[in-house]
Amino acid sequence: MNLIRIAWKSARFRRTSLLLTVFTIAISVTLLLGVDKIRKESRTSLLNTVSQTDLIVGARSSPSNLLLYSVFRIGNATNNVSWETYQDIAAMDEVAWTVPISLGDSHRGFRVMGTSTDYFDFYMYGNKQSLELESGDRFDGAFETVLGADVADDLGYEVGDEIIISHGLVEVDFAAHDDKPFTVVGILERTGTPVDRTVHTSLEGIEAVHVDWQNGSRSALTLTAEQALQFDLTPTSITAFMVGLENRAQTFQVQREINDIQREPMSAILPSATLSEFWRTISTVEQVMFVISGFVLVAGLLGMLTTILSTLNERRREIAVLRAVGARASHVVLLILIETLLVVTAGCVLGVAKLYGLLAAARGTIASRFGVNVAATGLDATQLGIMACVILGAVLVALIPGFIAYRRSIQDGLALKV
Amino acid sequence: MTGPDRSVVSLDQVRFRWPGQTSDTVAIDELHLDAGEHLFVRGASGSGKTTLLNLLAGIHTPSQGQIRLLETDLSTLSPSKRDQFRADHIGVVFQQFNLLPYLTTLENVTLSCAFSDRKKQRVTDSADVTTTARQLLSALSLAEEFHGAPVHKLSVGQQQRVAVARALIGGPEILIADEPTSALDADNRDRFMELLFQEVEAQGCTLIFVSHDPQLATSFSRTLELTVGEEARSEW
Ligand SMILES: Nc1ncnc2c1ncn2[C@@H]1O[C@H](COP(=O)(O)OP(=O)(O)O)[C@@H](O)[C@H]1O
Ligand SMILES: [Mg+2]
Repeated sequence: MNLIRIAWKSARFRRTSLLLTVFTIAISVTLLLGVDKIRKESRTSLLNTVSQTDLIVGARSSPSNLLLYSVFRIGNATNNVSWETYQDIAAMDEVAWTVPISLGDSHRGFRVMGTSTDYFDFYMYGNKQSLELESGDRFDGAFETVLGADVADDLGYEVGDEIIISHGLVEVDFAAHDDKPFTVVGILERTGTPVDRTVHTSLEGIEAVHVDWQNGSRSALTLTAEQALQFDLTPTSITAFMVGLENRAQTFQVQREINDIQREPMSAILPSATLSEFWRTISTVEQVMFVISGFVLVAGLLGMLTTILSTLNERRREIAVLRAVGARASHVVLLILIETLLVVTAGCVLGVAKLYGLLAAARGTIASRFGVNVAATGLDATQLGIMACVILGAVLVALIPGFIAYRRSIQDGLALKV
Repeated sequence: MTGPDRSVVSLDQVRFRWPGQTSDTVAIDELHLDAGEHLFVRGASGSGKTTLLNLLAGIHTPSQGQIRLLETDLSTLSPSKRDQFRADHIGVVFQQFNLLPYLTTLENVTLSCAFSDRKKQRVTDSADVTTTARQLLSALSLAEEFHGAPVHKLSVGQQQRVAVARALIGGPEILIADEPTSALDADNRDRFMELLFQEVEAQGCTLIFVSHDPQLATSFSRTLELTVGEEARSEW
């Protein structure tokens, strides 16, 4: 029987109080790792959302707001961009391509985005990757739709299925465009971006479902899909659009020109710059969360300290026994340290298990609410570092009772204070 | 009397005083014990009996004088070497609470071998540690059903006998017992003494037995009387 086994048995003997400590430490480990995980995933996810797009243009608003609704489909635009202005900008010499974005409807919790087929040609994410169809084709007619990978997976759709689009973002039956179903004609490959969670249609499709709507409610006169198609389906406005320039060097100049347009107040943002800025903003929030998690850890370690200190008196006899069979005073310290290590390791393991459990459970929610795809990957260097710090912290804390026990065992010797 | 060199225990002008005290707690001019001798240490509470045992076990070091065990001068050993010496050559039995509550009876006995390769070696020369522990427990008349039991299932008398088994496993040369019978009733005490002597004789180990119970002195060949604040008188 070695010291580790003795420590293990001793820890098992005190398991009730130690288990509580294990849980407290597990919670702080879960928090620390979770915050770190979310921070990393959101950073990668964030910075990889848009690539090769030089400008994103929308009605005047803060850059981050424009970015949030146009790219992440979070929140709403306060104003739209008129079709004329869009056409004017698209016609500028410096502009190589544009991709319109028209938002406002949803399908079972997923945002619907009206766009043109240029989207499939010019929108890029990650490291200059374009969208690829996993099955089917691009939309062609007005009542056709191409689904992001998550939409198809989560809702179990296949090419050929028909879906109903709801007006607005909440799912209420009375606001459904159930008279004009859309046919799924294509499903995109997974991208790890908000595209996965988007239902894509043509701008005409968006117009068509709204021809008999006024000010957000259905007019008395309802039209069938065929009738709707008879109307001029050129939109009067869109939500925003992406711009690719002929020459990158002109980015700032074009940005200024757009911001100076008189007809309506416009904003043009550089997605990569705004993404980085945006990241800086939210990363301070995450730093605060990190600090709070750190305090939770300190509270956990102090709890552990209290638990061990409270066992020191009953351990006094045990220590005398161990000393009698030849244990050194340093063995006594080691025993307490090993016991602490067992507790904190169990806490870490449980914390990691809880983290993965939570990630698995909350993955969908995080992705739909925050557009962040958290994959359950292995622990990286930082996270192992965090755990090493937790363990080191615990060992340092355990040195206090260890030292007290050491002093006492030298004083007490074989005298058993009964 | 045998020469000091061959003594198992040999004390020479030993003085020990706790910090802040005005007189020596332990003051023994001379004491020699041969292999297999049994010494009864008597004294009132506070007369320094436990302190003496701690000196012999190498936990405390005398302020003056020399303690030699098995021809080793303890003062020449570092604290950790003294701990190792104790692990290898000495068995200890306390008054009570000898056993670790989180180990079984058997594990408590084999615990001695955890800190001493020498004891372990001596056991494994003939059989494995567990078998030897079981034999010892049976010899000390502890029924097999208790061998694997958690120690709280044992009576105080049984616990004391387990403590003897632990102290004796691996054949230490010296057995130190600090009032091991004071928590036992008369019947249990006599039974304990009988079994203790039987095993101690079987192993031929030197016994230093502390008690304030004068009745027990009759079973011992030698007695050391400790008194508060006075030099110890040794009679034989
Ligand atoms: N750790 C200690 N620190 C200071 N004084 C002690 C300590 N242990 C014992 N003493 C003193 O040493 C004396 C003898 O104690 P002890 O050896 O325990 O006596 P006994 O075992 O004969 O009852 C007592 O007066 C006690 O106050
Ligand atoms: Mg005493």
